[in-house]
Amino acid sequence: MSILVDDDTRVVVQGITGGEGKFHTGQMEAYGTNVVAGAVPGKGGQEVDGIPVYDTVDEAVREEDADASVVFVPPAFAGDAVFEALDTDLDLVVAITEGIPTQDMAKVNKRLSEVDTRLIGPNCPGIITPGEAKLGILPGNIFADGNVGLVSRSGTLTYQVVDNLTARGIGQTTAIGIGGDPIIGTDFVDALSLFEADDETDAVVMCGEIGGEDEEEAANFIDEHMETPVAGFIAGRTAPPGKRMGHAGAIVSGSGTGTAESKINALNDAGVPVGDTPEEVADNIESFL
Amino acid sequence: MKLHEYQAKDIFADAGIPVPESQLATSVDEAVDAAESIGYPVAIKAQVHVGGRGKAGGIKIASDEDEARQYADEILGMDLKGYTVEQVLVEAGVDFTDELYVGVTMDRGEGEPVAMVSTQGGVNIEEVAEENPDAIAREHVDPAFGLHPYQARKAVYDAGVDRSVARDVSSILTTLYDLYEERDASDIEVNPVMITSDGDVVAADAVMNIDDDALFRQSELAEMEDETYEDELEKKAGEYGFDYVRLDGNVGIIGNGAGLVMTTLDLVDYYGGKPANFLDIGGGAKAERVTNALDMVFSDENVDAVVFNIFGGITRGDEVAKGINEALESFDEIPKKVVVRLAGTNAEEGMEILNTDLVEVEETLEDAVQRAVENAQEASQ
Repeated sequence: MSILVDDDTRVVVQGITGGEGKFHTGQMEAYGTNVVAGAVPGKGGQEVDGIPVYDTVDEAVREEDADASVVFVPPAFAGDAVFEALDTDLDLVVAITEGIPTQDMAKVNKRLSEVDTRLIGPNCPGIITPGEAKLGILPGNIFADGNVGLVSRSGTLTYQVVDNLTARGIGQTTAIGIGGDPIIGTDFVDALSLFEADDETDAVVMCGEIGGEDEEEAANFIDEHMETPVAGFIAGRTAPPGKRMGHAGAIVSGSGTGTAESKINALNDAGVPVGDTPEEVADNIESFL
Repeated sequence: MKLHEYQAKDIFADAGIPVPESQLATSVDEAVDAAESIGYPVAIKAQVHVGGRGKAGGIKIASDEDEARQYADEILGMDLKGYTVEQVLVEAGVDFTDELYVGVTMDRGEGEPVAMVSTQGGVNIEEVAEENPDAIAREHVDPAFGLHPYQARKAVYDAGVDRSVARDVSSILTTLYDLYEERDASDIEVNPVMITSDGDVVAADAVMNIDDDALFRQSELAEMEDETYEDELEKKAGEYGFDYVRLDGNVGIIGNGAGLVMTTLDLVDYYGGKPANFLDIGGGAKAERVTNALDMVFSDENVDAVVFNIFGGITRGDEVAKGINEALESFDEIPKKVVVRLAGTNAEEGMEILNTDLVEVEETLEDAVQRAVENAQEASQ
């Protein structure tokens, strides 16, 4: 049914008093997410739509027994906010913020290797277990409960592919947007191994894009460790070399690594069909079920 | 954000890295005066944000006044890969015996910085990395501690640098790392570090790129940005704050989210069209931003038709629809056909607001792209 989050997950929202934090807390609650607290320095003692706000994540965890956080903190302070979350023994931290300096994320990445907390993001839409809970900004209404896992580097591409799946009655166990930055917490291999271990996930969609070598590493992992069938999609086939296509991570180096072609070839070699269109991805998933 | 060589060298010199004497010049006379005061030979180097300046004729060595005048005249005003050269750095020539590469960048696979040294400097280091990766000594850096001096020494020894200059080269590397961290660089490189015939080391080139996401705390560097763009449209995109890349096709593309916009480009290509641009309006865009996006794409004379593809998450369909209406209602006659596809957050509200007399609407991504490709083909005939 789910990996990582469900309707028992007790969520603290970091940055709950900001515009996005407030709006999406409402959206998350409306979807059924159990938001138990907010954390904003200097705003302790306030309430946001009946949710108690604490000055620190530590207080929120102690008082409300939270086990996950969602970070809606502006980029200048987001690295610090993630550090704070990582120091409180939460199971899961989901960082939505776009534009965190890369060197801040390198420090966060170092700390991650020292703690048991899982980080999703940053610069990601979050995670959703349809019908139970969402942590992030994904539009809940397009998802449906089912047996397909989804992991993606791009938020809007996630929505597109889910829309193609749901339209033909294929629901999802959990969808994870891992984010488009060069340094992220949970990566493809992490997410794929969770889906592989989940009895209720019968097939997985993996949406990648140009830049980096994460998809190539994922292809190796699928080849060596996965029984669950995977269908792929790679965005950026038409991207010219040397240009940054939106995401900090989405740049094709001049030397040929990180291209759509190298990723598609790696996935094909691992037995993963890569669709030319999101509709073809849905066709491929349908053929697995 | 990229710094020019002369800007990076100023920063390096302030930090104690030895650089050759140099002066910036914006005219031939200034360049000749600079060369005279520095003394020949001098290197005359175009200051533009283009790789491979030397091969493209943007760097020349002048050994007397006539050559200085001739080369300054050739380089100033020349077109280097789309950029006009408006300033040159006139720099003392260095009598060298060896050329090294020294640099720091982010290893995204490892998620940590990496310091690098190679004795194969003065050439395209990317080619060295590809063909002979062992020729580059690498030390990964724990970002919590920074580059330890012993690591810098180890990289220098591992690279096989002559031990008589090992101390000086490792000092350059530790200083580069400190600058990398303090200034939020994404890359910082010297290629080459020259070992002079007197046994000194000198940074004969300087590359320093800054993480755009960190400019909020690097205001001094942000002010050094050279806002010369390849063309007017890219300049406009910079002013509007869009992620924009101009391409050579005729189907204008606007969407939200890099992955979805790239996918839209790919589908235009898949259905037989050619994308004219990548334009991501970003997350949470309000009406004005949408209006600006249409203005951008309409300003591109190569565009024959437009596809507007929005899948709202944090972006709301009603805001997008308002922006499209506002932009299109300002025209007596809409310059190019626009196909709109709205899905996700508040898409239904958006569809109610959208003035469908002005645009074509398609429900699916595939249909919208095919329609736009057809429109472009008709318009270009």
